[in-house]
Amino acid sequence: MSTTTTASVAPRGGAEPVVAYDDAAARYDVVIGLEVHVELGTATKMFDGCSTAFGSGPNTQVSPVSLGLPGALPVVNRTAVEHGIRIGLALSCSIAETCRFARKNYFYPDMPKNFQTSQYDEPIAADGHLEVVLEDGTPWRVEVERAHLEEDTGKSTHVGGTTGRIHGADHSLVDYNRAGIPLVEIVTRPVTGAGARAPEVARAYVSALRDLLRALGVSEARMEQGQMRADVNVSLRLSPDAPLGTRTETKNVNSFRSVERAVRYEVSRQAAVLDAGRSVLQETRHWHEDTGITTSGRVKSDADDYRYFPEPDLVPLTPSREWVEEIRATLPEMPVARRARLQGEWGYSDLEMRDVVNAGLLEVLSATVAEGASPAAARKWWGGELARTANEREVEVTSLPVGPSQVAELAGLVESGRINDRMARQVLEGVLAGEGTPTEVVTARGLEVVSDESSLVAAVDEALAAQPDVAEKIRGGKVQAAGAVVGAVMKATRGAADAKRVRELVLERVGASSA
Amino acid sequence: MAPADPRARPGADDLVRAGAADLAARLAAREVSSEEVVRAHLDRIAAVDGTPGDGRGVAAFLHVSAQEALADARAVDARRAAGESLHPLAGVPVAVKDVVVTRGTPTTAGSKILEGWVPPYDATLVERLRAAGMPLLGKTNMDEFAMGSSTEHSAYGPTRNPWDTSRTPGGSGGGSAAAVAAFEAPLAVGTDTGGSIRQPAAVTGSVGVKPTYGGISRYGLIAMASSLDQAGPCARSVLDAALLHEVMGGHDPRDATSLTDPVGALADAARSRDVRGMRVGVVRELTGDGFSAGVSASFRASLDLLEGAGAEVVEVSCPTFAHALDAYYLIMPSEASSNLARFDGMRFGLRVEPSEGPVTAERVMAATRGAGFGPEVKRRIILGTYALSAGYYDAYYGSAQKVRTLVQRDFAAAFEQADVLVSPTAPTTAFPLGSRLDDPLAMYAADIATIPANLAGVPGMSLPSGLAEDGLPVGFQVMAPARADERLYRLGGALEALLEDRWGAPLLASAPALETVPARRPEVAPA
Amino acid sequence: MPALSTDDVARLAALARIDLGPDELERLAGELDAVVAAVASVSSVVSDDVPATSHPLPLSDVYREDVVEPSLPVDDVLAGAPAAQDGRFLVPQILEED
Repeated sequence: MSTTTTASVAPRGGAEPVVAYDDAAARYDVVIGLEVHVELGTATKMFDGCSTAFGSGPNTQVSPVSLGLPGALPVVNRTAVEHGIRIGLALSCSIAETCRFARKNYFYPDMPKNFQTSQYDEPIAADGHLEVVLEDGTPWRVEVERAHLEEDTGKSTHVGGTTGRIHGADHSLVDYNRAGIPLVEIVTRPVTGAGARAPEVARAYVSALRDLLRALGVSEARMEQGQMRADVNVSLRLSPDAPLGTRTETKNVNSFRSVERAVRYEVSRQAAVLDAGRSVLQETRHWHEDTGITTSGRVKSDADDYRYFPEPDLVPLTPSREWVEEIRATLPEMPVARRARLQGEWGYSDLEMRDVVNAGLLEVLSATVAEGASPAAARKWWGGELARTANEREVEVTSLPVGPSQVAELAGLVESGRINDRMARQVLEGVLAGEGTPTEVVTARGLEVVSDESSLVAAVDEALAAQPDVAEKIRGGKVQAAGAVVGAVMKATRGAADAKRVRELVLERVGASSA
Repeated sequence: MAPADPRARPGADDLVRAGAADLAARLAAREVSSEEVVRAHLDRIAAVDGTPGDGRGVAAFLHVSAQEALADARAVDARRAAGESLHPLAGVPVAVKDVVVTRGTPTTAGSKILEGWVPPYDATLVERLRAAGMPLLGKTNMDEFAMGSSTEHSAYGPTRNPWDTSRTPGGSGGGSAAAVAAFEAPLAVGTDTGGSIRQPAAVTGSVGVKPTYGGISRYGLIAMASSLDQAGPCARSVLDAALLHEVMGGHDPRDATSLTDPVGALADAARSRDVRGMRVGVVRELTGDGFSAGVSASFRASLDLLEGAGAEVVEVSCPTFAHALDAYYLIMPSEASSNLARFDGMRFGLRVEPSEGPVTAERVMAATRGAGFGPEVKRRIILGTYALSAGYYDAYYGSAQKVRTLVQRDFAAAFEQADVLVSPTAPTTAFPLGSRLDDPLAMYAADIATIPANLAGVPGMSLPSGLAEDGLPVGFQVMAPARADERLYRLGGALEALLEDRWGAPLLASAPALETVPARRPEVAPA
Repeated sequence: MPALSTDDVARLAALARIDLGPDELERLAGELDAVVAAVASVSSVVSDDVPATSHPLPLSDVYREDVVEPSLPVDDVLAGAPAAQDGRFLVPQILEED
């Protein structure tokens, strides 16, 4: 099977062999898919009224229903369904006219009922897409197959053994607070044609999805906190015309960067398997952030016969078209459309806009412009001085102790001529140091442009007197020579003068004294 | 000290033989206190019930809540004395099938896997009983997880039929029916998935009703088959059953499948006794060779009485009823196999570790379920797992749900021609203990007439229509369209009155006397 | 040819997490085979155009509002637990990865 151009890399410390990514992606067609689980930010669980608040003591947020006690029955959380519809609409899906819940039956200690109430062949939303933009600005459309509602499981911590991970643990401790929290699972169709850029597409998709969910107000979608979980599916085939290859599903991918890395790794690993003439095993794999590899998890087996059947304890949902339109009317502007609009309004070039988005500055810029700054000034300060400072301090620019209104205030001070650019930088330093608002810092540090004409005139005269030969040159027509005098005046006023005005005065006074 | 013969205490026998309506009237008139009523029933239980598994006595009760019941009774008496306005049934005691969760009182569902489990919450119907001020006498015996037609599959030993203690009281709710038929309780709560209230009522000469699906909340019923289960009243008269039905029925926001309709004037219907012009449809497929001669004769005699009272008896045909049993024994185990998955030794109930090899969660689950479930439960879980599994779903579970549609259509067509449908409740009278244990299919056949109503969700009642030639009770089944439960009570109340006129007394008045047995061993108090 | 063999039953019992002794397995297989043979006729009774009924009554759109209700007291939650530690349910070693 292999047209060997590059031998696979020898495994490190027991890991599986891999082929260099670029080589693998050049010789095989990469197909990916993503299944993202989103924890909805509702006040209560999917099927009972227990609080979903984070940080409560273990097993303090369970009821007979979420604990799966004998006799308990589920009742559907209306807001969770509303959120599901909202997500479906934002992904341009059709919303089901009728849908049902189904039981997915399997045994696991973090599942109180040993079945999960989910949706099987009747999801709330189907057949949509998400437009994403890769880092270099390339757009990509990811087709979404479905979005459905289900409930989360409890959480186990594994105790004993050497690593605190499942294997080798003596026992596990289970907290069911999380059991029953509403989830929406969003499943893409196979993403084909991305080729070597597939890892970037995967990353961009998850990132765009996060932004979308936040814009919708349905979830904070923080991957690191498990509010959004991505399972990454990867398969290879010889060519885009060939049938889809066997895919693996990789779990435990906890950041956007991990999504990209996990795809790359799986491509490399599967290529090595195929190059060696073997078949890729259809299995669930586990991503390891520290070592950057995936390892084999459960082999898909008989145990995965989930025996789905319609949930008899719940009745069908038939969201009316009126309700759906009511929800649609409350949808915020979608991130991609919003960016295009703002770019047009602000007059940024594609490159400038891309830089702003990539630096995560879109929101602060928008807020700063809303406070009255010009888009150019906003971008200059946030993307320039503040970005540099944040970099130096190794923090996010948005966590610096300065906000949009202060930057707008600063920009306003410069525009009105009250301070110049160099002063503005000092003012900003002062604001960052906690000395107060820009205006307060200007006053406290005496950083105003000298606008008092008479003292300026005096300073100009003094400087002219000190450099009589310059005055001569100016009178002789060498206007550029004024620069030296301007410099002297600026120095004398410690830069607190408006250089342009000083220059005008120098020329005036030279003319005046020759009058 | 030998237990007191309840007949020796003045008035006590009278109190246990009175019906609920009668007791309610006497309590309201302050002729008797609830404490006296409860005490009389506790004495009766002590005299005749025995301890489950001992081989003697009725053994209707798994748990007798003597102290709680007396405390509840005293509380009601105090409220009444203080002039509070009380529910009509306040102070009337009731027994509850052990498949219904009761807070603070052990609930086993007849299984070893829940031995000693004390629920931290009450079923909605229990909340309503308590709110009405009805003391709970205790939890009654049942086939394990309601799977069975004889109560012989209880992990705690069988219940015996008060008419002949060598025979079963039917199942799965044999305990509730026997408690009522043995005068140990005036009222009992049962559950009916394929006939588990109606069939025991038939073979014990008592009244049992399965409401329209959704008529009584399932919140707190340990689920067997979610789309079939319904709680319902067990009593000695149609009126008593109506009264209990009214207490328990009505919408429950905690049960998404509960009806929003009001319960209806069921007691009024039971009292009306007027069947003139009512079209009574005899279901052809539920009569004939499958039913014993004694059962058929009793059934026919009741039909004649109804006709004489002005009802119009017609014959209807429901051809798909012939497949209802098969469809039921696919749907019910499938849903049950999923509902019973939660019994795994992780969060509550029995936990058993494997006798050898690594102690892992998976192996503990399997060992617990292997040790904690009885043979009938295992049969049905495996059957259900099969019917739902990949490759078999369409042929089995899927097809069965289609038969269900056809059964509903047959009912709909039949109810165009008749206001109620009738049949004998069970094919035979009570069968001997042990006679069907080796033949599951023979056991399943006991439900042939009751299953169609569960599949369609329509209400059904069984009331005694007399004794067969073997001296054992025969039940008469009435079915009505969904949400027309009051028709059951109208027809049933009328038929009961006609029959009791003919007999001169209720059927149960001629039940044989029960032997006095050693008192129950003391209860172990819940932890 | 039995409808349900001993191997089938063993596989199903594993799927349903129920330990069966060898005698139990034999007996169950025999009993279940008879039951399956009896009920299998349902598939021949129905045609494709008959819809399946999963709920007996035509209810739909039953919801609860997203309003917090009290949870069970944690002591009640753990009271029935076969084993507990630090407020959590203690369960044996889990072999399978999620």
